[in-house]
Amino acid sequence: MTMIKTLTLRFALKVWQRNFDVWRKSLGVSLIGSLGEPVLYLLGMGFGLGSYLGTMDGTPYLQYIAPGLILSSGMYAATYECTYGAFLRMIHLKTYDAISSTPVSLEEVIAGDIFWGMTKCLISGSIMFLACLTFGLIHSGWAVGLFPLLLIGGFLFSSLAMWITSKAKTFEWFNYYLELFITPMFFFSGIFFPLDHFPKTVQTFARVFPLTHLVRSARDLIQGKIHPGILFTFFFILSISLALFFIAIRGVAKRLIK
Amino acid sequence: MIQAPTKNLKIILAKNLQKNYGSREAVRSISFEIESQKCFGFLGPNGAGKSSTLKMIYGAIPSTSGTLLILGKEMKKEPRGIKAVLGVIPQEENLDPELNVLENLIVFSRYFNIPRKTASEKALNLLNFFHLKDRGNSRVDELSSGLKKRLLIARGLINEPKILILDEPTTGLDPQSRHIIWEKLRQLKHQGLTILLTTHYMEEASQLCDDIVIMDHGKILRRGHPLRLIEEEVGKEIIEIRSSSPMIEKEIASMNLRYEHIGDVFYIYCENGHVLLPKLSQIEHERVIHRPATLEDLFLKLTGRELSE
Repeated sequence: MTMIKTLTLRFALKVWQRNFDVWRKSLGVSLIGSLGEPVLYLLGMGFGLGSYLGTMDGTPYLQYIAPGLILSSGMYAATYECTYGAFLRMIHLKTYDAISSTPVSLEEVIAGDIFWGMTKCLISGSIMFLACLTFGLIHSGWAVGLFPLLLIGGFLFSSLAMWITSKAKTFEWFNYYLELFITPMFFFSGIFFPLDHFPKTVQTFARVFPLTHLVRSARDLIQGKIHPGILFTFFFILSISLALFFIAIRGVAKRLIK
Repeated sequence: MIQAPTKNLKIILAKNLQKNYGSREAVRSISFEIESQKCFGFLGPNGAGKSSTLKMIYGAIPSTSGTLLILGKEMKKEPRGIKAVLGVIPQEENLDPELNVLENLIVFSRYFNIPRKTASEKALNLLNFFHLKDRGNSRVDELSSGLKKRLLIARGLINEPKILILDEPTTGLDPQSRHIIWEKLRQLKHQGLTILLTTHYMEEASQLCDDIVIMDHGKILRRGHPLRLIEEEVGKEIIEIRSSSPMIEKEIASMNLRYEHIGDVFYIYCENGHVLLPKLSQIEHERVIHRPATLEDLFLKLTGRELSE
C-alpha cells in the first residue's frame, strides 16, 4: 500500500521529462537508430524474398511484413531502453539514487523510466509507420489503430524489461533475455510467415509470445479487417502489462532499498 | 507545511535508531539530537555506521527500529515533505553525465517543482557561488573531481534546503579543492543552514563542526564540541616518540604515563610536556615531537589505533 501512496503520475512524468531532454539532445543519432534496422528488414526481406514469393496469404509480401516490423521496431526500442538504458542509470550512473533523494520517490523514478520506454516504442514504431506509408504499404484508415497497439506493446515490453533489469547482474546478463526471448519472439511471431506454416509445437510456442498477438492485430488493422478480437488483444495485453508494471517496480525497489 | 527553523531548535531527533542489514547490525540503537543552524559531524572509521545513519536521515534506506524525526516529521509518513527541505550530497558522485553543468541544476530543480524561471536564476547564482560560472556548458565528465564535488553541492542547494547533508564531502580531493569547499560550507552555515556531514578527516571536523559524535561499530562513543572533547578525553598536549628500541615501551611504562602506541610510534598524553620532554628525550629514539592534542588523537584513542577493518 505504501507503494501506491508514493506513486503519482505528476512526479513520474518529471523523470520522463529528464529522459526526453537527454534524447532530444542527440535526436539525429536516435532517429537513425530506430529507422536503420527495421527499414533494412523491410527492404531486404520485402524486395528480396518478396520478388521470389510474390504474395503471402494473398497480400503482397512487402505489405505483409510491414505491420510486424512496425510493432517489432517498437518492441526493440522499449526493450533496449528499459534493459541497457535503465541498468546504466540505475546501477552505474546512480541516477535513480540522485532523483529519489528529492521529493520524487523511487517508485516514480522507475515508473518514469517505463513510461519513457513506452514513448520510445511509440517513436520507433511511428517512424516505421511513416516509412511504410511512404512506400505505399498502408491503405486502410484503420491503420491508425497501430498507435494504441504500439503504446500498450511499449508498456508491456518496457515493464517486462524493467523487471528483467531488476534481476540483472551485469550488462552481459541481458544477452540471456535478448537471445532466449526477444530474438526468438521476433522470428516466431508471424512477422515474416503465417504461423500455420510452422510445425504444431512451434505454433503452440509462438502463441505464448505477446508479440504474436500484437502482430496479428496490427496486420488485421492495416488491412482493414476489423473484429472484436483486436479489442480483446488490446485489453489482454494491457492487463498483463499493468501486472508486470507493479512487479517491475517492486523488483527494482527491493533491489535498491536495502 | 514545514516551518522555517529557528536557532537552537532540535531539527533532527533520533531515539534508539537501529539499522540491520540481514543479521549485521550497522547502527545499534543510537540516540542523538541535532540543533538547527549548526554543523554536526559524524566521525568514525570505515564501517562505523555513519553513512547508514545519514541514509536513514535522508530517506534512502528505512530504519529497522527506533524513532527518527526530521523537523518533527517522520520519513515514512511524509517522505515528500521532508525531502523537499533536504539537500543531499552523496559520497559517490551521481551527477547526470548526459546533461551539461547548467542542465544538471535545471533538470534537478524540476524534481522540486521549482518554476523554470526561478530555477534558471538560482542555478546561475549557485554556479557563481561555487566559481563554476564559466563552466555552465561543460560536460560533466570534463570536470575535475573538485569541480564535480562543487557542482554536486550546488545541485544539493537548488531547492534552498533547511538541512544540507554531506557524506564525506572532501574525500579524495586535493587540498585546494578541500579548502574551497570548507570555506563555502562555513559561509552557508553563517547564512543559517543546518549542516550534517560524515568525515574521517579530523581537520575537516575541527574546521567545520560545532558538534560531533564519534561512532564505531554502529554505536556513538562520544558526543560534544570538538575542542572540549579533546581536552576532556586526551588532555592538552601530546609527546610523540618514534623508536625502534625494544626497551621503549618498558621505559615509558616505568614513568607512569598515560600513553598509546600504533606501530613504532608512542603517543604520550600530558599536561606539562616541557617538563617531561627532556626526560623522554633520554630514551633512545629516532624522532620526538611535542605538540597540542588534536581531534585525531581523540579519534584514535576512542576507536583504537589498530586497523578496524
